Amino acid sequence: MSILVTPDTKVLIQGITGSFGARHAKLSLDYGTKVVAGVTPGKGGQLFEGQVPIFDTVEQAVRETGATVSAVFVPPPFAADAILEGVDAGLDLVVTITEGIPVIDMMRVKHAMKGSKTRLIGPNCPGLVTPGTGEKSHGGCRIGIAPGYIHKKGNVGVVSRSGTLTYEAVWQLTTRGYGQSTCVGIGGDPINGTSHLDVLKMFNEDPETEAIIMIGEIGGTAEEEAAAWAAQHCKKPIAGFIAGATAPEGRRMGHAGAIVSGGQGTAESKIEAFRAAGIEVAETPSDMADALIRRMKRA
Amino acid sequence: MNIHEFQARELFAEFGVATQPGKVANTPTEAETVATGLSGGKLVVKAQIHAGGRGKGTFKNGFKGGVHLCDSPTEAKDLASKMLGQVLVTHQTGPEGKEVGKVFVGEAVDIARELYFAILIDRATSAPVVIASTEGGVDIETVAEKTPEKILRLSINPFLGIMPYQTRLIAASLGLTGPLMNQASKLFTNLYNLFIARDCSMVEVNPLVVTQDGRLMALDAKFNFDDNALYRQPGIVAMRDVTEEDPREVEASKHSLNYIGLDGNIACLVNGAGLAMATMDIIQHAGGSPANFLDVGGGASKEQVASAFRIILADPLVKGILVNIFGGIMDCDVIAHGIVEAAKETGLSIPLVVRLEGNNVEAGKKTLASSGLKLESGENILDAAKKIVAAVKAAA
Repeated sequence: MSILVTPDTKVLIQGITGSFGARHAKLSLDYGTKVVAGVTPGKGGQLFEGQVPIFDTVEQAVRETGATVSAVFVPPPFAADAILEGVDAGLDLVVTITEGIPVIDMMRVKHAMKGSKTRLIGPNCPGLVTPGTGEKSHGGCRIGIAPGYIHKKGNVGVVSRSGTLTYEAVWQLTTRGYGQSTCVGIGGDPINGTSHLDVLKMFNEDPETEAIIMIGEIGGTAEEEAAAWAAQHCKKPIAGFIAGATAPEGRRMGHAGAIVSGGQGTAESKIEAFRAAGIEVAETPSDMADALIRRMKRA
Repeated sequence: MNIHEFQARELFAEFGVATQPGKVANTPTEAETVATGLSGGKLVVKAQIHAGGRGKGTFKNGFKGGVHLCDSPTEAKDLASKMLGQVLVTHQTGPEGKEVGKVFVGEAVDIARELYFAILIDRATSAPVVIASTEGGVDIETVAEKTPEKILRLSINPFLGIMPYQTRLIAASLGLTGPLMNQASKLFTNLYNLFIARDCSMVEVNPLVVTQDGRLMALDAKFNFDDNALYRQPGIVAMRDVTEEDPREVEASKHSLNYIGLDGNIACLVNGAGLAMATMDIIQHAGGSPANFLDVGGGASKEQVASAFRIILADPLVKGILVNIFGGIMDCDVIAHGIVEAAKETGLSIPLVVRLEGNNVEAGKKTLASSGLKLESGENILDAAKKIVAAVKAAA
């Protein structure tokens, strides 16, 4: 098993006809992901790439194709609406790639989702990949914008707020012969659907995942909370990396959530929390896979 | 995005948040006119710059203090003439200071009590939270550390907004009783409405004051706005003052580049915010000092790389460049061509180290090697960081 999605997961893409959505829908199809539907209001009845039916609403797409997961590529002003449309249609998982959604919109989305069965990942995230068994991990489930070919099927779970740092970690693992169960980018916004801790709990329960890389950055206290839980409950070796030790206080470092304010959310505090929880800390981003290997040998 | 104090007062007026009467002035004569239009009592003249610590600051012409009290419109005019067009240095401006282009002239108030009131978005609960304290006029972080029991935190339901009973609860905790409780309810409700309507990420009123004659008002305020929501806040965008921002950042924002200027001498150009932060960290780890944060986006294009190079090279502090690209989907060879073109076009004369990884990386490395440019390749991020630090030290 993997977490959240398997190579058989049926995926729909909201915003499939926009340039960004279309490009990545095509890459997912090429990777072998079961992209079964697209949604663009007003374009229902058309076909994407001559093979994927497009619907006007998520409800229709779910009813006709049995899709259980969506990827949202809708522009920021319309993204909150798109997420809640997926929730209302009863999807298991809504992965929101869109960057730049107003924080107040996300606050309302989170509260409107309470009591629903849907899990939200993102926004402002690279999505997730469960690698397949084919050449260069072909045949896996790729939802979002991560490069598929860097993956390799295996037993390391990766969770991160950042896209390119996830790719770095995955590539380091793959080139050292360590495959991945699932790689999850939870996104760089201050309010997001799924936290480090949520993903850590899933990896802990997943029999296929044997070790975990957790990548964090400055801002908030989510990494500290995940580390505190891991110290008590996680049965599997973890390596971690935190970005932003040199970031000046009070400035947003690209990601809307990456900000140190009022002395909270510093890299030092997160690294200290990792160490206290027995997580092997990578000194540099070049050291992420090696840190995990060190930790696994110690276990 | 940040705004000036006088702009914060304009927002207060629009939303019915009580504040001291007064207006902004661009010239000494305007300051006198504003002062004449006020109630005739004591006046306050305040220099308008974004940085804090104005009252304790010093102008480069020797005049002390960016905040002054006076008794007459003539004195207000005189004070304004000593501030306008002058450079004010405070503990937040750095030694170069900030030129004062505007002053606020208002009625001075006799303060009986100083309180603290703020609204911000709490990440943990994904909801607005009110923070209030009887300890106003001082740094709230200090209060939180030394006397946490003096801070009230109250979560607001984003669908209901702040409830009347919650405003009374806050008022009671601040000791605002009798007629002050009604004033407080109104002020807190209106401030919350402003917070939501204008997509704020933080509003901090410090101090919120009770005057000797029993009025409650916001005396000073700090606003932060959600950059993601600026597309629907044209009125707030119009308040942007680019002279208050780092000119390197203003230029970068024109090219949709995510750039933050720092004071080191090794520039970096990276795709992705997390990797960009990690690259700054690794420069320091290798014994150097980063000149900037620069994220050209997860799928960097040739054009973005070129404009990023121009912005980096316009900074005289920069003595070396580290390019760190993980080309996941982008072809590394395309990126390599972008780097070569940009370097040639800008007549690059300082050390450049490039670390490329990912899609079609061998072709990209070949392009760099055969470009005729004086550049080094890094095998991994750490190797690249060590090389650029060494090259900059050797050139110094």
